[in-house]
Amino acid sequence: MEGFLHQLLLGLASGSIYGGVALALVMIFKATHHVNFAQGELAMFTTYISWSLIQAGAPYWVAFALTLGGAFLLGSLIQVAIVRRVQHAPVLTVVIVFIGLLIILNSLAGWLFGHTTIDFPSPFPADAWYGSAYFSPHEVGMTVVTLATLALVYAFFRYTRLGLAMRAAALNPASSRLVGIRVDRMLALGWGFASLLGAVAGMMAAPIVFLEPNMMVGILVYAFAAALLGGIENPWGAPIGGFIVGVMENLAGAYVVGTQIKLAVALFIIVAVLVFKPSGLFGRRSVVRV
Amino acid sequence: MSAILELRRVDASYGPVAVLQSIDLTVEKGEVVALLGANGAGKTTTLRAVSNMMVRTGGEIRLADQRIDGLATERIARLGVAHVPEGRGTFEALTVEENLQLGSYVRRDRDVGRDLARVYGYFSVLAERRRQQAGTLSGGEQQMLAIARALMLRPRLLLLDEPSFGLAPLVVQKIFGILGAINRDEGTSMLLVEQNAGLALELARHAFVLEAGRVVMSGEASTIAGDESVRRAYLGL
Repeated sequence: MEGFLHQLLLGLASGSIYGGVALALVMIFKATHHVNFAQGELAMFTTYISWSLIQAGAPYWVAFALTLGGAFLLGSLIQVAIVRRVQHAPVLTVVIVFIGLLIILNSLAGWLFGHTTIDFPSPFPADAWYGSAYFSPHEVGMTVVTLATLALVYAFFRYTRLGLAMRAAALNPASSRLVGIRVDRMLALGWGFASLLGAVAGMMAAPIVFLEPNMMVGILVYAFAAALLGGIENPWGAPIGGFIVGVMENLAGAYVVGTQIKLAVALFIIVAVLVFKPSGLFGRRSVVRV
Repeated sequence: MSAILELRRVDASYGPVAVLQSIDLTVEKGEVVALLGANGAGKTTTLRAVSNMMVRTGGEIRLADQRIDGLATERIARLGVAHVPEGRGTFEALTVEENLQLGSYVRRDRDVGRDLARVYGYFSVLAERRRQQAGTLSGGEQQMLAIARALMLRPRLLLLDEPSFGLAPLVVQKIFGILGAINRDEGTSMLLVEQNAGLALELARHAFVLEAGRVVMSGEASTIAGDESVRRAYLGL
């Protein structure tokens, strides 16, 4: 029973990471109907940036904040410099561009920072009071930080003028232009926010999965599963999908298939959702009267 | 009187397909101008040319003293041109009030609350449904929302693309009554595209008749409404 509880809580902790990356995927998908295959590598790359800052002597949270800013800029820049040029191109072109980005970021990270696995520091001390036998301080901390980030992102989209304009630009670009919204700028900001979410997930996951150029590959697959399970069009579904995938992955890994092939659980979920319920568990259809 | 909108020898095309050929058209400040003609005559394209939306244009388009041809759609909106497009273009997944807030998105002043009250005054049904998803409104209510959203910009020029389309006669009467009131109370200039020529000519002071991408007739709305041959040839009245 204690083992089960431990696996459950571990699942929730990793689920929060999957949920964060899933939300980043959903944000870009809603705005442009593109699936950003480079989302994970972007997160990995920004995690290296924070590591470099920490190596250079920056306190952890300073490095954290600077990395968020850097991630936002990097994401926006990639949209403006690369993605914008192919946004009306055929789907296959876009997919190839994203895979190209994935490989470029991956190789660049290996070239700049090396392929050795790095023990990334956790900002949460190992003996902190909020730790327990079930839930290490880092797992508690990363869950809280990721959920707080998600809450801030939701609040931004729900309650600010700019957030409303970004939602509008995603829903109906033509009408958005007619009310004066600079749609291109909104898409660049959307990439910035997605990249920022990825950076949080990367920095929080790195102490567990260790920092190396391929650290996000598995996480991205789980995040895809989470995004699909929650409904790729539904931003509220992403974190819930993340938790479900995280728990399923851990329980299946511990009791069913073993840890060696638990990544297959994510692939199984992806296939099952696409076959049986393509709109996901919470895929919401907006009501339209003609 | 001075012109709020002036089109000089404007051509427009979708790719290789030419739709407008050397159109001249003027809207004076504070007046309603009706743009009439059969399906495919180029009425919607004329509005799109003004907003630089989905169409390639040549010639000269002026908003008051400023040339706007070639500017991006969002720049033109920021200059005070509110376009109520064909098909209404409401944000169906957003609430009524969010739609209206988006209408005033480009404004920097803080009178948006007062303007909400103002447009709810014209369209009281929208006030009742302010928290409702726009996609759940009836066709007439959606048209009202589209017009109300345009008003939130405090436009210098309102472009209306077939506000009567697909609506019951009673609802159309109501919407045109409100458009008349807005023009009277606020002096908003309007360029109105309509299939329903009779209704449009009642509201408008001047009218232009398009046929196959050219202006074939223009003048006082009352003159055009009274001209039997025009009525029969172009307006189906």
